[in-house]
Amino acid sequence: MSGQGGGFLPMPLKHVNAVIVGAGAGGGVAAKELASAGLSVVLLERGKWYSAADCRKDDLRNQRTTVLGNGFGPDDERNPRVLVEGKRETIVWPSEGGYSNNAACVGGGTFSYGAQSWRYMEQDFRMRSTYGAVPGSTLEDWPITYADLEPYYEKAEWEMGVSGDVANNIFKAPRKKPLPMPPLPPSREHQVLLPAAKRLGLHPFDIPMLRNTVPYNGRRACMRCRWCVGFACETNARTGTHNTVIPAALATGNCAIRTECMTREVLLDGRGRSRGVAYIDAAGHLQEQTADLVIVSCGAVESARLLLNSRHRLFPGGLGNRYGWVGRNLQSHTYPAVTGLFETETYDDLGPGASIAICDYNHGNPGLAGGGMLANEFIRLPYQFMGQVPPWIARWGAEHKEFVRNAYRRTISVMGPVQEMPMFAARVELDPKVKDYWGIPVARLSGSKHPHTLDIARFMAEKAEAWLKEAGAAQTWRRMPGPSLSGGQHQAGTCRMGNDPKTSVVDRDCRLHDVDNVYVIDAGVHVTNGGFNPALTILANAYRASERLVNAWKGSRAHS
Amino acid sequence: MRRRTFVAAGISAVAAGTSISCGGNQAGWRFFTAEEARAVDAICEQIIPAGPHPGAHDARVVNYIDIQLTRHFRKHQETYRRGIAGVEAAGRKKFGRRFVELSPEQQVEILSDAEEKSKAFFELILAHTRQGFYGDPRHGGNHNMVSWKMLGLPSPPIRGRERSVWPGFFCPA
Repeated sequence: MSGQGGGFLPMPLKHVNAVIVGAGAGGGVAAKELASAGLSVVLLERGKWYSAADCRKDDLRNQRTTVLGNGFGPDDERNPRVLVEGKRETIVWPSEGGYSNNAACVGGGTFSYGAQSWRYMEQDFRMRSTYGAVPGSTLEDWPITYADLEPYYEKAEWEMGVSGDVANNIFKAPRKKPLPMPPLPPSREHQVLLPAAKRLGLHPFDIPMLRNTVPYNGRRACMRCRWCVGFACETNARTGTHNTVIPAALATGNCAIRTECMTREVLLDGRGRSRGVAYIDAAGHLQEQTADLVIVSCGAVESARLLLNSRHRLFPGGLGNRYGWVGRNLQSHTYPAVTGLFETETYDDLGPGASIAICDYNHGNPGLAGGGMLANEFIRLPYQFMGQVPPWIARWGAEHKEFVRNAYRRTISVMGPVQEMPMFAARVELDPKVKDYWGIPVARLSGSKHPHTLDIARFMAEKAEAWLKEAGAAQTWRRMPGPSLSGGQHQAGTCRMGNDPKTSVVDRDCRLHDVDNVYVIDAGVHVTNGGFNPALTILANAYRASERLVNAWKGSRAHS
Repeated sequence: MRRRTFVAAGISAVAAGTSISCGGNQAGWRFFTAEEARAVDAICEQIIPAGPHPGAHDARVVNYIDIQLTRHFRKHQETYRRGIAGVEAAGRKKFGRRFVELSPEQQVEILSDAEEKSKAFFELILAHTRQGFYGDPRHGGNHNMVSWKMLGLPSPPIRGRERSVWPGFFCPA
């Protein structure tokens, strides 16, 4: 595309070594690693920089419950997408279901997430080798192994700060160091679920979290409030790139961050190498930031959109898209959930809620190509509890109200992220008609879940139910996922990493096969997405890719 | 500043809403006519009725819906206008009275019909009633935190905020 966004020539910006688009998990780490190595960096973010003071504790308007809009963007006025379901096409907005939103702000998803910080297992990087081909799925091995990523998992855990205790997880991949911080004291739910899991012969342990449980890195410990996942952390105890690597990047003096800047396209020179990006700044002016390297870190949906919007005579279908793989294999996690009703109170008003997990069913399940971990759910605010009322209770009237009153403090939910079977048809395209506020073609989402993913979800629900029953639940009920497209905060897969340029978008170093100075560093490169929350893997892979990038860097350096 | 205006406006709307007897729209509702507000108040009260604990009327759920219909729910205005009219018409047809004049049993009967035949409206008002009852009081419902008290949730603890994102580091707001 060309020529949109005003007919004037912007003041040329100072050329830098690297421009990074997106200040989330991947972009934040890349900014710090590159700036620390002496490269000059500009970090562009389309959202705002929120702080701990933006914890509004608004239970109808946050990143998890969006009935009155989302808390940390993108906004509902300027950012439509198109959702295709069968023959129906709908324009969807960020706070609506089906949009597959992830926060648009400094820190990205890590600003308001629940902060579970999992290492994927060894098999998660070798799904095709472990399970063989799954008909209808593009299931494949990663071009890197767990061993390649292990040092960077450790780096992320210690540099950013992870708490928890995984010693009792006998299924975990080999690790060299323990976690730097202990877990929080067990909540009531934890105390109920722990002995039950042991009686079943399972191996429960404390969920690792990017959350200070003791003062660490100059920030204090979690105060265990009710407003956790979906909210800004009021004490700054929850860890994201916004309060770790991004401030560290800026402190080097080599990195500048520009917020409320919407990147329109990656610019290419006559020979098909990138020369920077074009973006629209907070004042609405079109700017060109030239750079030696471009790093795309917008999250799986928006990274694919940016590449597809970067057309060139050498790349008429978009950058990195020579073989039509950009935007393909959109995946996330499929969550089966089971709630149990208990005789005694299980609610203790202590956040974050999620604390105990098992990995007994991640792999090795008979007849199934994978599985996922199971854990108890985050603390529930009253309106969120509406979604947990069982189907046999009247939807309105005294019966519903009485159930809520009686059950609110006596339920536990167990759920888990089922590793999905990637689908070539689950994809991000550009919509031919709909444009956003800035005139940029928007993402068009289509596809569905693989049926085998739903088979695994049913199996996981059975296991969650058995755990709750053993823990003493008098009644249990399930909330099962439907076949519609997966996305949301755990979105991944759209810029697959691989050795073969014909079946992937970036190489093992996260560099586009097509253009040697453009990188994708976010969950878009995940070949498969593990049976775990993806944040720590995005961070670890960003450390790894950044290190390789820096080691290969032959250009100038400012000072390190 | 915006928040202040909003809160003040919310309070005046509540005040107007509680003196529910006068006609016309001088009552100060933002979107509803006084008639509509009375009907919505009665519908919400059937969705979450008072019992040993306060219901939707006490929680001022109608106030929440009225405010949001001029804000985030603007796109639902027409569904409400038609939906309320539909409920009123059904009441007149079946029992010859306005919705608010029907017995509780008759109101439940009309709403059960609406749940079947007027799905878009019913699903909206069901969700909005739950939000206005169980949600944050700042949006005009859950007056006096009646639902949170019912659930035994301690009042929001007062805890200190961290102003900077990083010690010694200035964060642009």
